[in-house]
Amino acid sequence: MPELLDVCRHVRSKNAGPFWITVDLFFKDAGCYARHVDSPALQPEAVARLFGIDPSAVKRFPVPALDVLKLSFPRKVPQGGFLERDMHGGQQYVRLLSVKL
Amino acid sequence: MNSPPTINILVPTGALGAGIRAEDVDAGLAAGAHAIACDAGSTDSGPAYLAQARCKYSRAAIKADLSILMRAQARSKLPLLIGSCGTSGCDEALEWTRDIALEIAAEHGLAPRIAVLYSEQPPTQMQRAAQQGTIHPLPPLTTVDPLAFAQCDHIVALMGPEPYVAALEAGADIVLGGRTTDTAVLAAVPLMRGMGEGAAWHAGKIAECGGLCATSPREGGVMVRVASDFFDVVPLRPTNRCTPYTVSAHMLYENSDPFLLTEPGGVLDVSQARYEALDERTVRVTGSRFIRKTYTMKLEGAAASAFQTLMLVGIQDPKPLADLPRFLSRMHQALTARVDETLGAAAGSYDISLRPYGWNAVSGIEEDFVPREIGLLFVATAQTQELATQIAKTCNPLFFHMPLHREAELPSYAFPFSPAEIERGAVYEFRLNHVIEVDEPCALVRTAFIDLREKAHA
Repeated sequence: MPELLDVCRHVRSKNAGPFWITVDLFFKDAGCYARHVDSPALQPEAVARLFGIDPSAVKRFPVPALDVLKLSFPRKVPQGGFLERDMHGGQQYVRLLSVKL
Repeated sequence: MNSPPTINILVPTGALGAGIRAEDVDAGLAAGAHAIACDAGSTDSGPAYLAQARCKYSRAAIKADLSILMRAQARSKLPLLIGSCGTSGCDEALEWTRDIALEIAAEHGLAPRIAVLYSEQPPTQMQRAAQQGTIHPLPPLTTVDPLAFAQCDHIVALMGPEPYVAALEAGADIVLGGRTTDTAVLAAVPLMRGMGEGAAWHAGKIAECGGLCATSPREGGVMVRVASDFFDVVPLRPTNRCTPYTVSAHMLYENSDPFLLTEPGGVLDVSQARYEALDERTVRVTGSRFIRKTYTMKLEGAAASAFQTLMLVGIQDPKPLADLPRFLSRMHQALTARVDETLGAAAGSYDISLRPYGWNAVSGIEEDFVPREIGLLFVATAQTQELATQIAKTCNPLFFHMPLHREAELPSYAFPFSPAEIERGAVYEFRLNHVIEVDEPCALVRTAFIDLREKAHA
């Protein structure tokens, strides 16, 4: 079973405003996109488990024109509180890299 | 065949203060710009900039960029629009930017008519609006708590293009705006000059980060040419390129939804947009739609809460590194017990957070590898700065000497600083994620004019 890192050329995460994180998975090509975009590991339930959030809040946007899957979900606490570890949300994608597809 | 008319907006940078090159601006002017516009703010760097009303960039960086733009404005006589001045766009940050502009004008003998658009809102007034039901929550929030508005240090309402249009129609050469949506400041002139709403708003979104929609994001800004039913985007610098891929992919950036973008007066829908290469460097975008909705302004609010004091220690000692979960849990227990037995109830409600950089400080999730070295950050959060510091000083000996096992010899870890504790100041929080309904787009906006032309002639 490949890991996400094997089938994407680039993965990134960032704040989408102070209350949301958005993750963009850029698959290597149309073939990788088609094979893996619907993988159970990239469904709201699995993503929610990984980030400790409510699955109903995870938004999933396949963008076939770009071979991209976008995942957006609320932050557990808004950006910048006293336990903030990643102000810009720029490192949140890393825990996705090793998910098995 | 004649090309359809376009209104061309020179976008010199994604953020005023991040760096502008005069040659890029000159290239845009030579290529037929009708206005210069850019954004100067964001919530992206966190709540402190709004709560403290301070700019994220240095004064010198803002002045250098603004000076290039104001001199280009004076030469070209084109309107210059800058949104979200001073990072947060609150009144104090806006006036800080205005004063830099006045200083530049005096130093270079410029005499523009400057409009200053204020969009900060008094917390008590927003509390009343919340009580009256004109404020609505945005997901993931589900409620409107009027007290949350009253407790903010600063609240700003995000302006649309209308106050910019009104200021230009009233004769402004330069418009310095408080908090504004990134897109609106770029869409204002095309909308004022009758270009298509879908094209204008989509062009604004694509160009809001300057060169980020091009192949070399750091190589200068872009020009958008907005028509009635399409727009073109091309980098200012001849060596840089926009491709259908780089332009369409920009809709992903910092948006939770890649197809729909809510703006003050409606929603931009790019789900049917087509991106085609006009030449090697230019992309034409068609099919963008703007669907008008009830006019709302998004509210951002931030406030100070607790205070923090930090300590940092370097650890290379292989013994604790070999069993970090146990070491960190033992240390946290020991620190908390020590604070409780010395400060007791006087410590108030406090928190101690241990973050081992080099192991799992970023994710907080347990890792199964042994690092060679960590930087262990100690964060004490308490109700006052003095209490946070007293907690840190109480913890200092244990933090410095804590062994993995009780019976082991006392290690001494590597403090890089003396004194060991660093007072970090307040913790700031974003408190609002709401919109307010307004009767008309300028209802919550105050505009002031500073006419240096009149002063120059007086």
